[in-house]
Amino acid sequence: MSFYNVLEEVNHLPLENMMENVSHHDVERALQKERITEEDYFALLSPKASDYLEEMAQKAHQLTIQHFGNTMQLFLPLYVSDYCVNTCKYCSFSVDNDFPRRILTMTEVEEEAKAIRDMGIEHIIILSGESMMHSSVKYIKQCMKVLKKYFSSVGLEIQPMDTDQYKELVDSGIDNLTVYQEVYDEEIYRELHTKGPKRFFKYRLDTPERGCEAGMRSISIAALLGLNDWRRESYITGLHAQYLQQKYLDVEVGVSFPRIQPNAGSFQPKVEVTDKNLVQAMLAYRIFQPHSGITVSTRERPEFREQILPLGPTKMSAASSTVVGGYTEPDNTQSQFEISDERSVDEVKGVLRKHGYQPVMKDWQLI
Amino acid sequence: MQDSLVIAGKELNSRLFVGTGKFADHNKMKEALEESQSEVVTVAVRRVDLGGDDQYILNDIPDYMTLMPNTSGARTAEEAIRIARLSKAAGMGNWIKIEVISDSKYLLPDNEETIKATEALVEEGFVVLPYMSPDLMAGKRLEEAGAATVMPLGSPIGSNRGIQMKEIIQIMIDEINVPIVVDAGIGRPSEAAEAMEMGADAVLVNTAIATAKDPVAMAQAFDLAVKAGRSGFLAGLGATKAKASASSPLTGFLHS
Repeated sequence: MSFYNVLEEVNHLPLENMMENVSHHDVERALQKERITEEDYFALLSPKASDYLEEMAQKAHQLTIQHFGNTMQLFLPLYVSDYCVNTCKYCSFSVDNDFPRRILTMTEVEEEAKAIRDMGIEHIIILSGESMMHSSVKYIKQCMKVLKKYFSSVGLEIQPMDTDQYKELVDSGIDNLTVYQEVYDEEIYRELHTKGPKRFFKYRLDTPERGCEAGMRSISIAALLGLNDWRRESYITGLHAQYLQQKYLDVEVGVSFPRIQPNAGSFQPKVEVTDKNLVQAMLAYRIFQPHSGITVSTRERPEFREQILPLGPTKMSAASSTVVGGYTEPDNTQSQFEISDERSVDEVKGVLRKHGYQPVMKDWQLI
Repeated sequence: MQDSLVIAGKELNSRLFVGTGKFADHNKMKEALEESQSEVVTVAVRRVDLGGDDQYILNDIPDYMTLMPNTSGARTAEEAIRIARLSKAAGMGNWIKIEVISDSKYLLPDNEETIKATEALVEEGFVVLPYMSPDLMAGKRLEEAGAATVMPLGSPIGSNRGIQMKEIIQIMIDEINVPIVVDAGIGRPSEAAEAMEMGADAVLVNTAIATAKDPVAMAQAFDLAVKAGRSGFLAGLGATKAKASASSPLTGFLHS
């Protein structure tokens, strides 16, 4: 059994028609329930539910406070390499884009680590382009030897790996894995990923599950919004999270709602995802999976990040650089995508406090 | 009348234990801790900057409180044991609240792993206070393993649903000889009073105080409720006995 089987079943359903047929009554019924089903989640993603955003927001806010309190976990990405063997049309690191590539030496990893630690950050995610030759198991393990000295939690957002490789990395101290499916529609997926190992849809789809099997403490998944109908993609992301959570009860399954940002490939989103759409997707998910973490990145604008604080997010990045070596050499080379929120960690902390949230810097201990 | 609770030789005048998670800011938290009159506070070891100069949350806890570090985040007995040792090594004392949770959805404790961790840590000299899913046999085994208290959940953590597990908790109160602390699920002061009226030795409250509109006022309310519930429990026992010996409405005829 793989989530692929669930996906195949969903693909047989006339989701678009079903979405149009959701009634106001369906939405109201979903909002009255204490625990909602897949059908209710579907209803909350429908066009009709957009008339109930305030009610959804009230409910999502109450559930978030109940489960997570008045807190927000902060983290930063550490870009270690921009070597990539894939051709994702929406990403600057695509092998088709010509720019000088770089991978950090261990001395540079340490300098970046110090720079991030000096900002007061304790949780980081190692990011790279997808290249097994460069961001290899061996290389990541070397990085971990350095990073362990500075951080209490280190996660991964690199190319998908096999279960045994993940196990080795878990043993080295990595405790969480982020892997975005990008798009759950197999045809669109193949159009956007024309070459490289990323072309194998099912291998990528099963990646979070391999991470769970390898003993990752938490897993974060997402669809990159803008590549396909956001209602459909959000619905399937929610089902994917539910599938993983039910199968791997000991893993914290979280999601994020990334929207396509300007990038070196000048790829234009197929579908516009407005702020209102993004909020609806997030609220529906929060009500569907109240215990689940939701991450918001610096892709989003500062004002928007502030406005959605009470609506469900539990983790945020701050002062992120999406450039390899970007914390110690701010004017350097090629970023993966353009970020929208350039504020410092202290500024973000100040904003959180102003809104009644305690910024949490440390929420795990390497043991 | 002195009615203190003694845990591992420590005499406590308040039967309210408090938590430190979910607060919007640490100043409010400190004020709430003080106003609660509580003398025992639990802190997640994973949230404490163990190596750093800034002890994070520890600086914001009143000195007179007994620290009960917890192993939140542990999924197995082995992880809980490692966290407990880190806590002791970092100077956080030898009390440890065991939390072993391998269920990220409902956050229900794993009793089997909790018993294993309790056995090992009692052996190492810790004062062990295990958080558990209400169950008589598991409670008995924790007692046998040397747990200083047994802390069954009232309902799932953070749910603010009150004492949903009332029947089982009552049995545990009646049958287990170490103090029973109702931990988790208590959403309002009246529910804390209810647990105390049932004869629980103490209650642990976090979410209900931390996420209240006014955490400081809510801390005071819980203090009063715990005291009221305890008084009710003590008064209730006395009254029942007095009534039984004063008259025998059903069997009086046997004596006439």
